[in-house]
Amino acid sequence: MNETALKRTILYGEHAALGAKLVPFAGYEMPVQYPTGILTEHNWTRTSAGLFDVSHMGQAFLVGPDHATAAAAMEKLVPADIASLKPHQIRYSQFLNPEGGILDDLMITRSAYAGYEGWLYLVCNASRKDDDFAHIERHLPAHVKLQRGADMALVALQGPKAEAALAEFAPAVRDIPFMHYAAVSIDGIEAHVSRSGYTGEDGFEISIFDKDAVRLWQLLLANPDVKPIGLGARDSLRLEAGLCLYGHDIDESTSPVEGDLLWSIQKRRRNEGGFIGADRVLKEIASGAKRKRVGIKPEGRAPAREGTVVTDAGGRQIGTITSGGFGPTANGPVAMGYVETAFAKPGTAIQLIVRDRPMPAQIVNLPFVPHNYKR
Amino acid sequence: MSVKFSKDHEWVSVAGDIATIGITNHAQEQLGDVVFVELPAVGKKVAKGGDAAVVESVKAASEVYAPVTGEVVEVNKELEGDPALVNRGAEGDGWFMKVKISNPAELNELMDKAAYDKFVASL
Repeated sequence: MNETALKRTILYGEHAALGAKLVPFAGYEMPVQYPTGILTEHNWTRTSAGLFDVSHMGQAFLVGPDHATAAAAMEKLVPADIASLKPHQIRYSQFLNPEGGILDDLMITRSAYAGYEGWLYLVCNASRKDDDFAHIERHLPAHVKLQRGADMALVALQGPKAEAALAEFAPAVRDIPFMHYAAVSIDGIEAHVSRSGYTGEDGFEISIFDKDAVRLWQLLLANPDVKPIGLGARDSLRLEAGLCLYGHDIDESTSPVEGDLLWSIQKRRRNEGGFIGADRVLKEIASGAKRKRVGIKPEGRAPAREGTVVTDAGGRQIGTITSGGFGPTANGPVAMGYVETAFAKPGTAIQLIVRDRPMPAQIVNLPFVPHNYKR
Repeated sequence: MSVKFSKDHEWVSVAGDIATIGITNHAQEQLGDVVFVELPAVGKKVAKGGDAAVVESVKAASEVYAPVTGEVVEVNKELEGDPALVNRGAEGDGWFMKVKISNPAELNELMDKAAYDKFVASL
């Protein structure tokens, strides 16, 4: 990628001032770590509160005349039940191609803002957002429009002390249930606060206007319990939490059933279908998928990285690791990947080919670190 | 006892015909938190520029190349239980292996401290 073409988020100057190591990611120059390093940042998020700039992610609105109309348009594109979303509620879903492969994964929120009742708020991956928005626009009925978020920033505050840190300015955030949002004022800053995240910890994703981003960032970091966290720790945190990274653990070749994301397809949609890619998804629900995403725990201390070949005891390849590394909280190597369904049962002994040598490992349940969500 | 440096960011400290080998402080800074080190077996023959060990940070795995040819006579067992020793003492207690040098002339191809510092500054 041409470095001169890299974009910057509105918080770029803050990252530079904090001494972050900045790297190209999804077309943006983003902080991979701050001076304390990935391990410290990871542990800080698990025990206190970490602040992440995720303004590179795609934010947009699907605008319909009412919720039923907007939901019906959205349900053509994703397998989740959008019609039954309650105001303030958030659901995780995926855009699928006609072959049932995953184009991207995203969060969908039903607006409860007065005058915006027919709006859905979408957050998708930075690397996919342009393609996502084009895909949405190709499939919308005439009376539903896509509106890209303009001048919007997004930060995540994650960890067991996130609630206290944010409630200092906006006590109402204590009452936001997991996977819901509230509109709050944070020291006068208008904020859309979702109780969600990508670390397995309790926490919030806070959407604000660009003009307020630096002040909010500095306001939250003034609390000694809150430290900035880069993309490196974001990756190890989400891996321990068993959460998929698009382009690695899920992509256009993997279906939501293979990806073990069936929990995100509610019953009505499983019965009715009616979304792009439904043929394969419904078939796999009925008769099973050939392969499945699983947790993989290498024995010993050596991490097994993305691309590592997974074999059975006899050395035949049965799958591949799609994310792997060292889990600081798990205190050892952790991985996830795809294996033939016959080998997907937790407890199954497998081998990983690391540096041309077989290394023993086991299929395990995800997550590696229990989720700490506020239900 | 002189210390020499390779372009692959290993250091070599020579006493008699034994070379103690590790990665440089610059290398550990670039790697970040070291979480795993794979050391060669004692008795293994290593060739200059060939794979000798593996060092892994949270983010990635990196090869450690042998800066000289010889036979591994000792490895730093401390690193197995405490890989972060590489971060704390890259050019001291965090050494990787000791190699019995088979071709001392190879040492002349390595950089001294001043040349290595200049090399790092140029990166």
